[in-house]
Amino acid sequence: MNRRNKSACAAVLMGLSCLAAGSAQADITVGVIISATGPAASVGVTQQRTVPLLPKEIGGERVNYIVLDDASDTTTTVKQAKKLISDDKVDVLLGPSLTPNSLALIDQMAETGTPMISLAGSGAIVEPVDDKRRWVFKTPQSDGQMARAIIQHMTSQGIRSVGFISFNDAYGEGWAASFRSLAEQVGIKIVASERYQRTDTSVTGQTLKLISANPDAVFIAASGTPAVLPQATLVERGFRKPIYQTHGVANNDFLRVGGKNVEGTLLPGGPVLVAEQLPDSHPAKAPSLEFIRLYEALPNAGMRSTFAAYLWDASLILKAAVPEALKTAKPGAPAFRAALRDAIEGVKDVVATNGVYSMSASDHLGLDSRSRVMIRIENGGWRLVP
Amino acid sequence: MGPIMDLTIFGFLVQDGLTTGAVYILLAVSLVMVFTVTRIVLVPQGEFVAFATLTLAGLERGDAPGLAWLLVAAGVLAFVMDLSAARRRGSRRGIAAAAVLFLAVPAVLAAVALYGIGASTPLAAKIAVTCAMVVALGPILYRVAFQPMAAASPLYLLIAAIALHFVLVGAGLYLFGPEGVRTSPLLDGSTEVLSMPVSVQTLLILAASLGLNLALFAFFGFTLQGKALRATAVNRRGAELVGVSADYAGQLTFALAAAIGALSGVLIGPVTTIYYDSGFLLGLKGFVGAIIGGLAAYPAAAVGALLVGLLEAFSSFWASAYKEVIVFTLIVPVLLWRSLAHVAVEEDHD
Repeated sequence: MNRRNKSACAAVLMGLSCLAAGSAQADITVGVIISATGPAASVGVTQQRTVPLLPKEIGGERVNYIVLDDASDTTTTVKQAKKLISDDKVDVLLGPSLTPNSLALIDQMAETGTPMISLAGSGAIVEPVDDKRRWVFKTPQSDGQMARAIIQHMTSQGIRSVGFISFNDAYGEGWAASFRSLAEQVGIKIVASERYQRTDTSVTGQTLKLISANPDAVFIAASGTPAVLPQATLVERGFRKPIYQTHGVANNDFLRVGGKNVEGTLLPGGPVLVAEQLPDSHPAKAPSLEFIRLYEALPNAGMRSTFAAYLWDASLILKAAVPEALKTAKPGAPAFRAALRDAIEGVKDVVATNGVYSMSASDHLGLDSRSRVMIRIENGGWRLVP
Repeated sequence: MGPIMDLTIFGFLVQDGLTTGAVYILLAVSLVMVFTVTRIVLVPQGEFVAFATLTLAGLERGDAPGLAWLLVAAGVLAFVMDLSAARRRGSRRGIAAAAVLFLAVPAVLAAVALYGIGASTPLAAKIAVTCAMVVALGPILYRVAFQPMAAASPLYLLIAAIALHFVLVGAGLYLFGPEGVRTSPLLDGSTEVLSMPVSVQTLLILAASLGLNLALFAFFGFTLQGKALRATAVNRRGAELVGVSADYAGQLTFALAAAIGALSGVLIGPVTTIYYDSGFLLGLKGFVGAIIGGLAAYPAAAVGALLVGLLEAFSSFWASAYKEVIVFTLIVPVLLWRSLAHVAVEEDHD
């Protein structure tokens, strides 16, 4: 599909004119880049479905959305961002869905002075906030925060030694590094550290080594359905102690493939996954329930998705920031983009589905410990661990 | 921290190596068979495995099997190619057979898969339908991708095989989606061998691999078709002169390769997660085994494949981060040894 087709599709999807940028100078133009096809399709598709739910008007100004699909491809993301910025004159960019794609856009955002709210996981997208990352924000909890939640839970359970197994790639190494440093701080010993490939058909060797090291618990740092194999093998080999996974497995395909082998799994996650079970005092409960109601009412949407919630939260941040920016400048001009950047950096206590966002000059994520809960898989569903 | 190896762990690793090795043996033997008869390095061998598992999982879930559409579409294409070839030749011989093989069989199988399978259908029937569909796909793929260029050099055939691999992986993503599947176990439980627990599924895989290898041995040794294939493998032109059709040999070989792939897929579905693109790596490991056998000798290929399985199991225990490196590095000394120890034999100069 070429570019023109893609924007045409996007326009049809939202019932908006394809010439949004040309016909409406004063409107706010929001570019959205997501991975609705390609290997990460399961992430982006849910975000694409969410677009019609985004606010059509903020602070009395009409908002036009231009949605592009980068097919999970980094080069395509860069091209599409260039087009959105130079041709469509977007005021802000939401997305992309993936970490490598988000990292690839940092330079471009800084050069053109366009704020971006990424929907991807890695902390490196916004840390540290330097001259370039001034323009970049994100909504998903970073891996470091999730790792801390796991460590906290382990400490509370009296776990002193952990067997670690992760993907043999950048994702796994990233987790290995952050988990090791956090574990050392609280005196948890990593007694075995193993690697496996996403494509492996057997992890018996690694599993035997983990079990023979006799840890109090095993932590599997993998994502999606490939995270099932080590756990299934551990269970088959008779390992009965706690098994931790990352928030990368918080989707229904993991439950489907894992079946009874993943019962009892502990994982950190965004509050939206277990919104109904949250205590009423939890700030994320009301916005999560609202989002779930809207999302699950969409045709063919199916179950809720934490990925869709990231885009929803980005729009809540815009809702808070845009009125501030409108006080100083009109949309469509560099001055407005700069004002919008400042306003996003200044948002305080935006209550959203993933927690409470309070940005600052040094924190472009703005989430605290209210952004994550521990979850246990019970009877093939997600249960909040109190 | 040094890894601790005791007898129990050693036993489990051998068991694991034998299990994966048994599947690699099937793939290696199939690769050798296809190469000797048709001179094609069957890169898409692994796709037969993945498609079988994914189709079986789909039938278990009650989804409409995407493979049915691929089978019918490719079958129609194969029939049209046969039809136009017949028109060029000016003879209608073989058209009836092609109509049965490329149109009727896929249509019937697709109809059974789409409408004949319900929640109460026994697992054995689902497995049978899955295997039948994959087997039917074999000759069709040969007809469409390789038969028009069967006389080309092995290098061209290899390139066509790689192209077919990419087409099938793309089709797999479209038909089955990006997520993985596991099928329900054929046999549950475990038993004791040499006072060590061994899962019944593992024994089943070993037995099936052994049984299939014996069956192939009998087929090539004692049946007319098998002898015809061997004749084609030894001398293609000579076999044609005594009445063995090269097209027939090619299609039969692909049906066998697909059958071996389908069986492998049914066997490993319950022990691992299979994705639309999982087949390639499985096939590649089988290929390493086949290379050890010089792509010509069945016993050597089987031993090589078993070696790959064991090496994989032990390296995943000792140095899990370097497992793939270790397995694929094995191919370098083997190739060196083979090229030094054997004089290169060129393909038939006819």
